[in-house]
Amino acid sequence: MMGFFKALFQTKQQKKQAQKYRIGMAKARDSVFGELAQMLKNNRLDEAFFEALEELFIFADMGVDTALTLVSDLREKLPKQGLQDADELKEKIVETLFDHYVKDDVVDTNLYLKGAPSVFLFVGVNGVGKTTTIGKVAKQLSDQGKKVMLVAGDTFRAGAIHQLSIWAQRTGSAFYAKDEGSDPSSVMFEAIAKAKLEGIDVLLCDTAGRLQNKKNLMEELAKMRRVIEREIEGAPHETLLVLDATTGQNGLSQAKIFDEVTNLTGLILTKLDGSAKGGIALAIKDQFDIPIKLVGLGEKVDDLIYFDIEDYIYALLADVF
Amino acid sequence: MAFDQLSDRLQMALRRVRGKGRLTEADIESMMREIRLSLLEADVNFKVVKEFTNQIKEEALGDHILKGLNPSQQVIKVVNDALVDLLGKDTSVFALKQTGTTHILLAGLQGSGKTTSAGKLAKYIEKTHQKKVLLVALDVYRPAAIDQLVTLGKQLGVAVFELGTEEKPVSIAKKAMAFAQTEGFEVLIFDTAGRLHIDEAMVDEIKQIKATVKPDETFLVLDAMTGQDAVSVAEHFHKNLVLTGSILTKLDGDTRGGAALSLRKVTQVPIKFMGTGEKLDALEVFHPERMASRILGMGDVMTLIDKVTENVSEDDMMNLMEKMMSGKYNYEDFLKQMKMIKRMGSLGGLMKLIPGASKMMGKQDIDDKKLTTLEAIIQSMTKAERKNPALIKQNSGRRRRIASGSGRSVAEINRLIDTLEQQTQAMKRLSNVDPNTINPNNPMAALGQAPQKKQKKGKGKNRGGFRP
Repeated sequence: MMGFFKALFQTKQQKKQAQKYRIGMAKARDSVFGELAQMLKNNRLDEAFFEALEELFIFADMGVDTALTLVSDLREKLPKQGLQDADELKEKIVETLFDHYVKDDVVDTNLYLKGAPSVFLFVGVNGVGKTTTIGKVAKQLSDQGKKVMLVAGDTFRAGAIHQLSIWAQRTGSAFYAKDEGSDPSSVMFEAIAKAKLEGIDVLLCDTAGRLQNKKNLMEELAKMRRVIEREIEGAPHETLLVLDATTGQNGLSQAKIFDEVTNLTGLILTKLDGSAKGGIALAIKDQFDIPIKLVGLGEKVDDLIYFDIEDYIYALLADVF
Repeated sequence: MAFDQLSDRLQMALRRVRGKGRLTEADIESMMREIRLSLLEADVNFKVVKEFTNQIKEEALGDHILKGLNPSQQVIKVVNDALVDLLGKDTSVFALKQTGTTHILLAGLQGSGKTTSAGKLAKYIEKTHQKKVLLVALDVYRPAAIDQLVTLGKQLGVAVFELGTEEKPVSIAKKAMAFAQTEGFEVLIFDTAGRLHIDEAMVDEIKQIKATVKPDETFLVLDAMTGQDAVSVAEHFHKNLVLTGSILTKLDGDTRGGAALSLRKVTQVPIKFMGTGEKLDALEVFHPERMASRILGMGDVMTLIDKVTENVSEDDMMNLMEKMMSGKYNYEDFLKQMKMIKRMGSLGGLMKLIPGASKMMGKQDIDDKKLTTLEAIIQSMTKAERKNPALIKQNSGRRRRIASGSGRSVAEINRLIDTLEQQTQAMKRLSNVDPNTINPNNPMAALGQAPQKKQKKGKGKNRGGFRP
């Protein structure tokens, strides 16, 4: 059964990574759900069991709606009298959550690298880790032999340009920036022209963090996107919302508005090595059908990995399994 | 996000009850469920929600609620009051030492806004306490973090102490203190690296920093958008650092900020400040009342109604309301009101505080630019005109002058005149409404419905429509 799930993931690179995934999130365990663990063990599917599951999902920041939908899915799928044994029950739970996530679709976590050049735009609210994430993606892509350029589109936050330039040095990437305070769209425009001349494969464009309810700032972002669209056919090839795993229900508003303005192609869930479970990303997939592409499980460059729903579900349920 | 989410929900739950005159235990139970869901959607930790609903259930079941004519509103009041209580009834004072140096240590997760808050806090202290502040850069890990603080310092005109990224934070802190001594700085703000609360090595490091600087205040800086994990974050930081307060950041977003409740419940220390914008003076003293209505998803309107019905008039807002209701409302008040709104951040919900204003904006989006336009218009008026709206209304010459002075069209001036009139009228009528007769289905109706122009002719009809 699980083998079939795995086949659905086009970019599943390996066992080793799955292992690491779980280690990263293992820190997130705590003992709040001892009772639920006991109920699972006893294979007892009464009202209290479903309530405890609901709490677990809410605790993971999935939000009331998604949590209730999942639990009602489970109520339907799990036989009243319980299953053969606890293991089968666990498997059934994982399967239900999995089905709910993929929805009979193929979830592709690949980043599009066939553009000439490819342009990835990184967007999100303040402090989610956009610049750091770009640094890590740059390292991984240049290790794969891609010519990468980092574009300093955050011309607002003090130190942001310098921060990105340090990442460019560390990863041996090309770097394009203008002065602090310049129009980020013009930074994009000039960077693309330069990248074309230099035969760059991928441009990773940083943007200033902005809260999604700031209209002017969102318009600025839309303009950046338009400029990129105009300069390269099919670009930006990826527009990625960087989301802090500790984010609560506001993540829904972030996804909704950033998607309206920039047409998101995926999510990057950062800081999953803390104790937060990042369930908001599932709610976002559930409500807006935006897939999670990458997750950040630690400070190191290799700690940013492709998302794997199955590993995630196991890690999420690690407390009770 | 709907500003009256909870009241909608409570009304739904109460639909069955209406007409009964009193609430049964089952009714209360179903209302508690709605409250619980609403709080969960606002990101209050589920354990905190449980305790909280159990606590207010007792109160809501009490006699005073059962006698009520409008149970839904009264339940909201009970919930709101309990929330305000929990968030800290009175705004706690932020005290600095009279003699010697005050040390403030900032701690928090990555990206919570420590560096920005450090800068804002420095500015706040210089402005309100007239003390000489030194910012100390202890984040030697994140690339360019020191840069960021140095740049902020320059923008603010506040001194920054930094020794690059080679030295250990503890040693930088020591040298900063010595430097402050000789240079006569009175307040030191230590900006530390963001760290995970479960990262033992990093937590040890900040404990050592704390032992070195012996701070008078240790603040946790927390992102207001934090979800359920706020409890765990707050618990760990408090356990390791013994916090004296916290700063809630990014409240200019549209998050409901339930994390505030979790934070407060776990640490019991006051939330001292809130970050409300990108500008460097966007740091405000924490307002429990504002936070409570925000968590409930009701905007400040609920607080307003609450206050109107109770005839409490303490703060700015209330003075304005009174003025509006007395019919003496003028452009100066309008300007004040807009400034207040600007300060408060999220416009969408707040616009509803100004009856008629959202109508004027029509279907267009409400944003800061529009407010700036209105401000420009008002600022182009003479003092006399601002105080006496009739002057402008009766004189087209004045209107043209104002239009050219503010660079707007006369039509826009006319619209502003209408808005002011609508507001005044709506508020006058509100003051005539008996709170007990406010339609529980739509308590906002009393505020929201501005008269249409046509209705100037048919006053009698209009009046009838207003009273449910």
